[in-house]
Amino acid sequence: MGELRLMKGNEALAEAAIRAGCDAYFGYPITPQSEVLEYLSREAYNRTGMIVLQAESEVASINMIYGAAGAGKRAMTSSSSPGISLMQEGISYIAAAELPCLIVNVNRGGPGLGTIQPSQGDYFQATKGGGHGDYRLIVLAPSSVQEMADFVRLGFDLADKYRNPVMILADGAIGQMMEKVELFEQQPKGGTTPKPWATTGKTKDRERNIITSLHIDPREMEKINLRLQAKYREIEEKEVRYELFKMEDAEYVLTGYGLGARICKKVVEIGREKGYKIGLIRPITLFPFPKKVFAEIATKVKGILDVEMNSGQMVEDVKLSVEGKTRVEFYGRMGGIIPTPEEVLEHFEKTFLKGE
Amino acid sequence: MDETIVKTEEQEFLEEDICVEENLVYRKPKTLTDIDLHYCPGCGHGVVHRLLMEVVEEMDIQDKVIGVAPVGCAVFAYNYMNIDMQEAAHGRATAVATGIIRVLPDKLVFTYQGDGDLAAIGTAETIHTCNRGENILIVFINNAVYGMTSGQMAPTTLPGMKTTTTPFGRDVKMAGYPLKITDLVAQLPGTYYVTRQAVNNASNVRKTKKAIQKAFQYLQQRKGTCFIEIVSNCPSNWKMTPVEANKFVEEVMIPFYPLGDLKVPKEEVK
Repeated sequence: MGELRLMKGNEALAEAAIRAGCDAYFGYPITPQSEVLEYLSREAYNRTGMIVLQAESEVASINMIYGAAGAGKRAMTSSSSPGISLMQEGISYIAAAELPCLIVNVNRGGPGLGTIQPSQGDYFQATKGGGHGDYRLIVLAPSSVQEMADFVRLGFDLADKYRNPVMILADGAIGQMMEKVELFEQQPKGGTTPKPWATTGKTKDRERNIITSLHIDPREMEKINLRLQAKYREIEEKEVRYELFKMEDAEYVLTGYGLGARICKKVVEIGREKGYKIGLIRPITLFPFPKKVFAEIATKVKGILDVEMNSGQMVEDVKLSVEGKTRVEFYGRMGGIIPTPEEVLEHFEKTFLKGE
Repeated sequence: MDETIVKTEEQEFLEEDICVEENLVYRKPKTLTDIDLHYCPGCGHGVVHRLLMEVVEEMDIQDKVIGVAPVGCAVFAYNYMNIDMQEAAHGRATAVATGIIRVLPDKLVFTYQGDGDLAAIGTAETIHTCNRGENILIVFINNAVYGMTSGQMAPTTLPGMKTTTTPFGRDVKMAGYPLKITDLVAQLPGTYYVTRQAVNNASNVRKTKKAIQKAFQYLQQRKGTCFIEIVSNCPSNWKMTPVEANKFVEEVMIPFYPLGDLKVPKEEVK
């Protein structure tokens, strides 16, 4: 058993970054995730020599990530919604240049400057590209402080494996709440994946390494796009992660991710006490989305209620996955409001059980 | 050349007689690739590329140097320089260079940026990188115009100078003043060596090369940010011949952007 600690989600994530062998963190303060930069500034360099730099902006931090990741190092940044918007150009370049790195979005309410309260309004931005061009991030959605820690290591490993940026899409509540967390052992600094493509200075025994996303010849650019798409299909094939809760005999399905899923779990418990046969599907990877599990249950259940802290974003992926084979309904709160299990259950009863 | 003269027996020169080491005036450094430059005839980029790569070869630092290319005409710099390079987003070269030097502090990292890249869209990154004193060399090519997008106003366009977006000449009341960013960064404590050079004639080319040599030596000693502005030209977008363009550099650009050191290491001041 690893070391047990009571930690905030943001702190657990920062601690996990040190333990995952992260070489460099570049970031800019923004609520509700400034603890990440603060914790790392305090802890990281003295323990592992990990570089921690407060940049002049999110625009600068993401481009510092580009440089450090291009130099073959494990690099990460974290921010919250408006800051992540500022990074989108850089993220597109990173995805195009196939640089492995970790980007954390502790989602807050929007649009615009919005609110500092938790939200899931950035699902589309995280899973459908976000920046310009055809690219995908691998998106992991933690629903506990434990997963805030665990997904850092998983994220770096997936990033290295596929040479692709990985995003942890959390929210203000997961970042701020305190829970017990079991910490994994210190991993080797920089990970173990060889990076012969990195710009480390051209030695006589190899050709020069170039990190670029520019391919002016459209035939070459299409080829690169096809290669990227093939990689995304491979990721969709191999890296889908989800959790099933009381699904064995479920007639109705609740679904949600992150904090939304946590609320749904409670809804399932109190609903079961009332005799409803309900279960939960919690997508852990938002890209790749667990299409198959939804497709498989579509013909076996009477309906799906998707619960999110937004106006209905993941629900589009749920609908695409079930291809009209079952009824899909949505319940959401926006602007930093967290729905209670009771109101979700009430909505479930009103939607599906009225008249039964 | 008159063929009959060359063909006379006494005066016939064979290539292998001429191309011998002792007759060698110039050789392209091995740190430049054989790819043909895409730059327009007379453009200063080719000269600066060569100078940089000559210094890299002469100092034998090819395995230590990592370059960062900008967005602008020099976006393809990595095609010509036979070193490891990263191509940055527009204006972000110094942030990318910061990322590299922070994780590889023993390397010699330089950025190569134009006026739009460095002094317009990338101003924040430029100032803050210099202010942090990142141990990198910033090579700043100032030709007072956006070259790659074909001739729009740059932050360094001179008052009254015609561009496609200042067709009646830059009116400072409308478009603001030229930004002398090199003067600005010279004030920052993080910069160690700040100089303004040009490549419009042989003498200036030699001085620019000296400045590049010095800068790489300072990087080796980890002295902080070195900043070399190179006043250059753009015959195509200035609508001039290469000769006219270099004359314009001498007569108009350099009086506005005077050459010389703006900040030299204290220990070297007499």
